[in-house]
Amino acid sequence: MPLKREPNLKDPDGLYAAILDAHADLSERESMALNARLVLLLANHIGEEAIVREALALARQSIDEPANN
Amino acid sequence: MTDVRSISFPYRRSADYGRRQPQTHPIVIVGAGPVGLVLALDLAAKGHRSIVIDKKSNLAAGSRAICWAKRTLEIMDRLGLGEVLASKGVTWQTGKVFFATRRLFEFDLLPESAHRRPAFVNLQQYYFEHFCIEAATGTGLIDLRWQEEVVGLEPTSDGTLIQIRTPDGDYRLVANWVIAADGARSSIRRRLGLRFEGRVFDDQFLICDIKMRMERPAERWFWFDPPFNRGRSALLHKQADDVWRLDFQLGAAADRDEEIKPDNVARRVRAMLGADTAFGFEWISMYRFQSRRLARFRHGRVLFAGDAAHQMSPFGARGGNSGVQDADNLAWKLDLVLRRRAPESLLDSYDCERIAAADENLLNTTRSTDFIAPKGAISRAFRDGVLALAATEPLARRLVNSGRLSVATSYDESPLNGPDDFAAGECPSSRPGAAALDAPVAAGWLLDALGQGFVGVCFARQHATADDLARAKRRLAEGAIPVKILVVSDEIACRRYGAERAPAYYLFRPDQHVAARWRRLDAAALERAAERASGCALGDRHEREGSRGCLSSASQT
Repeated sequence: MPLKREPNLKDPDGLYAAILDAHADLSERESMALNARLVLLLANHIGEEAIVREALALARQSIDEPANN
Repeated sequence: MTDVRSISFPYRRSADYGRRQPQTHPIVIVGAGPVGLVLALDLAAKGHRSIVIDKKSNLAAGSRAICWAKRTLEIMDRLGLGEVLASKGVTWQTGKVFFATRRLFEFDLLPESAHRRPAFVNLQQYYFEHFCIEAATGTGLIDLRWQEEVVGLEPTSDGTLIQIRTPDGDYRLVANWVIAADGARSSIRRRLGLRFEGRVFDDQFLICDIKMRMERPAERWFWFDPPFNRGRSALLHKQADDVWRLDFQLGAAADRDEEIKPDNVARRVRAMLGADTAFGFEWISMYRFQSRRLARFRHGRVLFAGDAAHQMSPFGARGGNSGVQDADNLAWKLDLVLRRRAPESLLDSYDCERIAAADENLLNTTRSTDFIAPKGAISRAFRDGVLALAATEPLARRLVNSGRLSVATSYDESPLNGPDDFAAGECPSSRPGAAALDAPVAAGWLLDALGQGFVGVCFARQHATADDLARAKRRLAEGAIPVKILVVSDEIACRRYGAERAPAYYLFRPDQHVAARWRRLDAAALERAAERASGCALGDRHEREGSRGCLSSASQT
């Protein structure tokens, strides 16, 4: 199964806010720590390493080659 | 036992000294460390004489390599030394991992029973060498030349002309085959102008052996960020004779001269083990490490083994163990080539199999190093995240990497591997290329029963093919590559080789790696597989498969 690239969340705005809330009052360093732990937890949950690698590549690509518009 | 470190090895003028015409010898091994000695012993077990040259006159003062893995012990069993090493050493299989002041978890390296050897035995390298030297002397085939040093190498039509410096002056001899087992600072490597490729790490580590009587279990303890070495790591290991190995990560900026002063080390020891700990120092040293290897291990008739061929971080105990496995891989191939049973190109498979092993070991030790000594803020964020989660979350424990401990490499891509007609994914631990798994058998242990040569084994709970077997036995005993045939019906052995329900037929190489396996007995197929595993079919394969396979990947560099 490839990485889902179509919307898959029931309450996208709510989850987006929850992600930001989780970082509330954290320093940049602490936020980095939180993000790292989140990646580890979610990667283990997903389990399929190909999907995680695909997500990593997509995330990296969006930094290396930002879409022009 | 007297302190083996006080034994000195006298220089003795050899028969080659002063000869006008250099005499030719089949094998010269440079370096009487674990790798050179194991190779000499293995060759002697196969009937070959060798000369071992070493410039030292004593065993190393420090313990150096201490963790000998199950596979190494099995190789030493094959050479008759497994028992003496295991009984002198300290057996352990439990590791504990600490983070700050908290114990995160522990692991058992060998959860399965019915193995002769444990996952690890800790024993100082000087003992390992001592037992090998004693055994070498007993063979009558190994000419140990102490306090001699290779100072010149010159290729000849049938090998290498070597100039050797002794306390009496220089002499020369010709070696058909030279094995450079002369360690990380190999002079042979330097003299051939060969460069290492890979990474060098800045972090410095303080290592010391202390002698103390302490009621403490024989376990590997590893600390991340302990109160006594804030922000860094530390390691504690037990060795023979109440000697303990302590290892402290110190960082890149540590002042070597200050750190190795015994008073300063003593402060660290007491901070780790308690202010009232009574101990004495056996050895103090500092090291940095490299993760790198030679592009090729075979250079014509000069072959590199052990640290002379590859260097890696110590986390995972892969240096000494992989060196012994280099020797294990090389000895039987040299034997077949020297007896003209196999073409010289068989030694290219040493290159590709042991390069694949070195790369596996380098990958594992480099990953451990990146976890133990993270570079940069984001590496540290992930590392500390893993450790923080590991206190409560099993998922994170699997990510904690304090060293992935040495296991035998499977030669999955080897051109020597023959057929595997097991169903896909069936019994992968005994696939072609894998080291044989030991198991109890009626007569003792399977690996002892396999012995030294090519062996075909029928694993079957009940076998009804006695006539076929007898025919196969006769045929294979007389082939170009003689193959001994065994029948094993013991339950655990059959389970480990995927033969609980249906019989399975295996061909093992002389280094006890699986060469091929079948569901049906076919003497002709066994014979072909033995020829292939001894390199007799190598040329064909190269032409057929072009750029595929590990020989070609090894030769890219």
